[in-house]
Amino acid sequence: MAEPRYTSDHEYIRVENGIGTIGISQYAQDKLGDIVFVELPAVGKVLSKGQEAAVVESVKAASEVYAPVSGEVVEVNEAIVANPELVNQDPEGNAWFLKIRIANPRELDQLMPEQAYKDYLETVE
Amino acid sequence: MTIAAPEKDTKSALKRTPLHALHLELGAKMVPFGGYDMPVSYPPGLIKEHLHTREAAGLFDVSHMGQCHISSESWDATARAIEALVPADVLGLKPGQQRYSQLMAEDGGILDDLMITRLGYDGLEGTAYVVVNAGCKDADYIHIADRLPDGVTLQVRDDLALIALQGPQAVDVMAALVPDARDMPFMCYIGSSFEGFPLHISRSGYTGEDGYEISVPAAQAEALARALLGNPLVKPIGLGARDTLRLEAGLCLYGHDIDESTSPVEADLVWSIGKRRRDEGGFPGAGRVQAELNGGPSRKRVGLRLEGRAPAREGCEIVTETGEPVGRVTSGSFAPSVGGPVAMGYVAAARAAPGTRLNIVIRGTPHPASVVKMPFVPHRYHRPTKSGKSNG
Repeated sequence: MAEPRYTSDHEYIRVENGIGTIGISQYAQDKLGDIVFVELPAVGKVLSKGQEAAVVESVKAASEVYAPVSGEVVEVNEAIVANPELVNQDPEGNAWFLKIRIANPRELDQLMPEQAYKDYLETVE
Repeated sequence: MTIAAPEKDTKSALKRTPLHALHLELGAKMVPFGGYDMPVSYPPGLIKEHLHTREAAGLFDVSHMGQCHISSESWDATARAIEALVPADVLGLKPGQQRYSQLMAEDGGILDDLMITRLGYDGLEGTAYVVVNAGCKDADYIHIADRLPDGVTLQVRDDLALIALQGPQAVDVMAALVPDARDMPFMCYIGSSFEGFPLHISRSGYTGEDGYEISVPAAQAEALARALLGNPLVKPIGLGARDTLRLEAGLCLYGHDIDESTSPVEADLVWSIGKRRRDEGGFPGAGRVQAELNGGPSRKRVGLRLEGRAPAREGCEIVTETGEPVGRVTSGSFAPSVGGPVAMGYVAAARAAPGTRLNIVIRGTPHPASVVKMPFVPHRYHRPTKSGKSNG
């Protein structure tokens, strides 16, 4: 599996053959607590970097998930809509949110590799 | 994504309850609430904590709430002084009896909601024990003290902690420590002791379940909490589950479902206003309350059940099926025991009847919902009948 890259807002993206798989980090699911609702974008929607891509709701509150890079939505994970608790169980694996066709690969350079993200988490704790 | 996080620089100024170290030891996630650093959840997580409370027994630290005594030479003088501030029938309380009421503003709004208990034991015949909300307590104490007549005094009891034990098995847990607690009726209060220290136990709570609130000297709070947690039926429960439990029980959260703009009639709290008081008035805002009792309020607090899975949150607009705005959500969440989203909010009186179909606007999209009778989950209070059975 491709190495993930992370945003400072706790989204991740894994890129394979120009397609980026986007979700929320293990840290994010732990901070949110029990997840009860997920709203995903329509396939075909064009997102720009930093735009709201999805909504994830814990019992307590709603949070927006932002697009880490620009691109067109090519697939969404309906399994987490039917079973939002999957996001708590496997956020960086099976409980991905959406896949996009990356518009500008250079935007990936602004994201953090895994170790940099781990170091960043030390600073936000 | 955005994760709601407490402001770091406010955290150092937060107060701590006597159980703070125990919460950390139990692995709690701590958040600021009402000026205190409080446990929002423990490692099992909010939903498991919620369901455990409905199935067995949950222990809640509610020591952030304000406990005080209002005292005079006689119950009559104390009760009359309190009745000048709240719409409940306080004079009619029997020793050891407790009542829910509201601290009223002159314009009929609500400054806080509170529990008032008539203490019945030696030396405290003229004393009421009052519990108010953490976020309001400093203002409440000033408001109350300013308005008490000569001879009636307010004593803040910040030497006490408060622990709630809630759930269908709370009775067995409590009775194992204090046998007298078993047969107490709902909204009654006894003085007892634990390891030689005084305990004041009321059969009440904020979950809709049977259970107790136990007032204990701060220095003994941890020992009591550990004794209760030593029973395998009991798990610690955070403020997150406390909120979903009270929402399912249809109970108001001050600052959200009731505030200085809402009257007790609009808030559907008429049951808590004494019958004599409705006629006589004599409390702040009585004019508005009596006018709304006679003519009906223009808006009413109702329960709302959403058809989809999207939770409606505080502030969401409520509209008719044709899009006409009729109100706003004041509390909303996924409700673990219901298995879906529920909300409460205020709607125009003409739209308040159970069964009325409305839409709640969530992120710009209307979501269908129906007005339903509250509670969302039936109350299971211990109310012994004459035949000795409990009628929930």
